[in-house]
Amino acid sequence: MKIQLNGASYDTEHPELAALVAALGHEADKVATAVDGLFVARPARAATLLREGCAVEILAPMEGG
Amino acid sequence: MTTVQASKQLNLYGSEFTSRFLIGSAQYPSPAILLDAIRASHAGIVTVSLRREAGKDGAGQQFWSLIQKSGARLLPNTAGCKTVKEAVNTAHMARELFATPWIKLEVIGEDDTLQPDVFGLVEAARILCAEGFQVFPYTTDDLVVADKLLAAGCEVLMPWGAPIGSGRGLNNPFALRALRAHFPDTTLIVDAGIGLPSQAAQAMELGYDAILLNTAVAKAGDPVAMASAFAQAIAAGHSAFKAGAIEARDMAAPSTPVLGSPFWHAEHES
Repeated sequence: MKIQLNGASYDTEHPELAALVAALGHEADKVATAVDGLFVARPARAATLLREGCAVEILAPMEGG
Repeated sequence: MTTVQASKQLNLYGSEFTSRFLIGSAQYPSPAILLDAIRASHAGIVTVSLRREAGKDGAGQQFWSLIQKSGARLLPNTAGCKTVKEAVNTAHMARELFATPWIKLEVIGEDDTLQPDVFGLVEAARILCAEGFQVFPYTTDDLVVADKLLAAGCEVLMPWGAPIGSGRGLNNPFALRALRAHFPDTTLIVDAGIGLPSQAAQAMELGYDAILLNTAVAKAGDPVAMASAFAQAIAAGHSAFKAGAIEARDMAAPSTPVLGSPFWHAEHES
């Protein structure tokens, strides 16, 4: 399945958001996620199904002003 | 006297801080200098943000570990958001990641000046306040917008001094003074545009409660020394405000008493 991951095209075999996050090597509580522009809370990731072409955002802390 | 005692500490949504300096964490020459600058600033609050996590290198976690060493309270922002939807969803992501209801709300309306889209800002503030966020809105110095942000549930307002990163200081002291006078009991923080410690002191002398800045320290030749200079200026400006400044006047007023002037003064009379 081809999705958009952080703005770039990405192939994944994982149907759920939680599985994708884990497969990418991220610790679940160290990132925040959104699908198609909508926040997906940590407990909801396992039940969030990814679709062909959906846009997944995985964010981490960074410096800011 | 009561007013002076009440204003000893900066109160933000029920949390009190000794320092009236909020410092940004971006653009420093190195992580070590960032940490040293935060310490030199004595700021109790540091602004942070979110970015796309590129891979397994954990760059985000490295920053997270570093910033926690500062011991400061974190204020995440919604920098880069241009719509209400983006800002609201980013705020939710920040709340989960940083485990705080605090959010520095930015809804940018124009790329050249990075000025807030105040219509989107008010709408996003209304949504987030209703959802339990404690919102720090980055706004203009517009009085009516300020009123609407307070009605939306904001307890703190952060009007700009000048465009972000411009270092121009207070572009419109008149408007900032009017805002202070109109909302005497609201916590007001000048956010953005400050370039020099004297400009920070000027804002504090107007009666502002605190200063938030980033670039002026991070891009200084010596960020650690500049952080210390700002800390002193902000404290001095606040002390000056509490002390009560004299009114400016057009003509001179002798500071030396004229009663009992020596005889030679009489020679210039008549």
